[in-house]
Amino acid sequence: MRRGIFEPAFRYAALIVWALFALFPLLWMVIISFKSDAEVFTTTFWFSPTLGNYEAVFKTDYFKYFLDNLIISGCAVLVSVAVGVPAAYALARYQFRGKEDLAFQILSFKFAPEILVVLPVFMIFQWIGLYDTHLGLIWVYQLITMPLLIWVLRGYFEDISVEVEQAAMLDGYKWYQIFLRILLPLIKPGLVSSALLTFIFAWNTFTFPLILAGFKVQPVTVAALRYLASDTVHYGQMAVAAAVTALPEVVLALLIQKHLVRGLSFGAVKG
Amino acid sequence: MSADIDMAHYSRKPFWDRALPYLIIAPALLLTIGILVPFVTAIYYSLTNFSFLRNTYRFIWFRNWTRMFASGEFWDSVWDSAGMTFWSPAFAVILGLAIGMVYAGKSSRSAWTALIFAFLFAWLHNWIVAFGNGEFWHAAWVTAKYAFWSTGMEMALGLGIGLLICKRTNWFTSTLRVVLVFPLMIAPVIATLIWQLMTNTSVGILEKFLNLFGVFGFPWAASQTTALFTAVLIDVWVNTPFIIVLVVAGINSLPKSPFEAAQVDGASAWFTFKNLTMPMLKPFLYIALIFRLMAAMQEYAIIYALTKGGPGDTLMNLSLTAYNKGFYYKRFAEGVPYILFLWLIIFFISKKLVANWLQVQKTASGR
Repeated sequence: MRRGIFEPAFRYAALIVWALFALFPLLWMVIISFKSDAEVFTTTFWFSPTLGNYEAVFKTDYFKYFLDNLIISGCAVLVSVAVGVPAAYALARYQFRGKEDLAFQILSFKFAPEILVVLPVFMIFQWIGLYDTHLGLIWVYQLITMPLLIWVLRGYFEDISVEVEQAAMLDGYKWYQIFLRILLPLIKPGLVSSALLTFIFAWNTFTFPLILAGFKVQPVTVAALRYLASDTVHYGQMAVAAAVTALPEVVLALLIQKHLVRGLSFGAVKG
Repeated sequence: MSADIDMAHYSRKPFWDRALPYLIIAPALLLTIGILVPFVTAIYYSLTNFSFLRNTYRFIWFRNWTRMFASGEFWDSVWDSAGMTFWSPAFAVILGLAIGMVYAGKSSRSAWTALIFAFLFAWLHNWIVAFGNGEFWHAAWVTAKYAFWSTGMEMALGLGIGLLICKRTNWFTSTLRVVLVFPLMIAPVIATLIWQLMTNTSVGILEKFLNLFGVFGFPWAASQTTALFTAVLIDVWVNTPFIIVLVVAGINSLPKSPFEAAQVDGASAWFTFKNLTMPMLKPFLYIALIFRLMAAMQEYAIIYALTKGGPGDTLMNLSLTAYNKGFYYKRFAEGVPYILFLWLIIFFISKKLVANWLQVQKTASGR
């Protein structure tokens, strides 16, 4: 086959253009976050970096919102793990009537429009006093975390052959011992990475807390919007707000590299 | 023989054994269904005139629904609609043709199906313009446009970039595989914030970049003509990595031997792509399509953070319209039909796509 140098050159050019498109906004965010309010307007790449924006943002309640998000997302994932791991196991191991329907039902929670959930929940939460509380948000977040965990973990459980369990049973292990000492260690890498991924998804949630959280509890995704709405043009602080929220996720993403495909596709792709 | 009867007797599991899996799943279901109970109340409220402005409300049956689909004069003018002309914007025809072609391709019907769909869409569009409740049909139209463009662009770009990355393995492509995922991990709201920093006319780098080409003051989200483009751009930035990741995983999982065989036989790159790569990648692309389309149809965060549906009503899709009616105008019950309608559409499309995906997966794995 005839291959000039143009074809690979074109290929790399396309990839570089895409990489610029994908990564430059992040770089720009970091750059702006270090610029003083004056230099934001007058400079492009050459400027004298300052930490003033970071100081200004941390002086506000931003850290509290950060903590709120951490509590809500973290607890939501923990609840989902506690309840979802057994459910995933049951969906993987047992044959029972309506199994696939049930599994699809759980998946369909993921597809339900968020506003549809939020409209009625808003009123019910006000009646039963869960509006603007951590507990209420943790509960609603289950709709985001649970389907993902169950579907991904189901795949990991299916990968373990039944013989392992039967052998353990022959050795006199009780069912809970099998679960804790044999199965859990086997799925641990998958469990940890999918829990981290669900954490990222929970962290990113916006619609639920926008409506179901008020002033007492406010995750950082909602709080960040204030920097948009305010008429003062502190673009540097806006960049800090974005960077502080976004960069932890980038680090988490690096940690779960190997299991990412599987998690993102709800276990459909065993990458 | 009696042994058979005995076997039949013993193969029936005791009650607790049968109930066990349900019991294990029950907590998970209770937690999630506990949240979905409101869904039933949503249907109930859609039949009332509940509003945060009044203390009482009453049952008004389907009035919220009929009001959503058609304007006040609708019922008077049903009979006039027979004489409509077949004019419509090109997009309605193209969308109709596309859907028709997919439909025709699936069920191996003739190309006439596509044409019929095109006309149907054109006619429907015209009919809606004349008689529908403008707000609802506008919202549905925005939803369709947003879903079409963002999902379409993401699929095309994701497939392209994924294929390019997999062509060679060296330090450059392996680094890209890792770092290109970053935008996907960032909250859509935060991504919108970042893009506001990029597109801002006074501090944004894109303005300076466009100035090089002699374009000054590109309005981005501030203008009716470019707002949708800007929103789709942000969506593409966030979500294309998802498709890239799936495509890369798909290509890595392909068996080597058919490709070697094709190479030995001197098949062209296009032939290999069309007859080997694509069919085997199809299950992966289906997964990508399902997840992206369902999310794009109900996109809320990006649009809300970008313009809150503006300028004017340019970006008011069904999710935002329902939110606005329910919370901004406080007419709760009037907003519910909009989102229930969207859910119905999403439910049916997702069910159909999941069925297709299972089918394609079977074909691809040669079963």
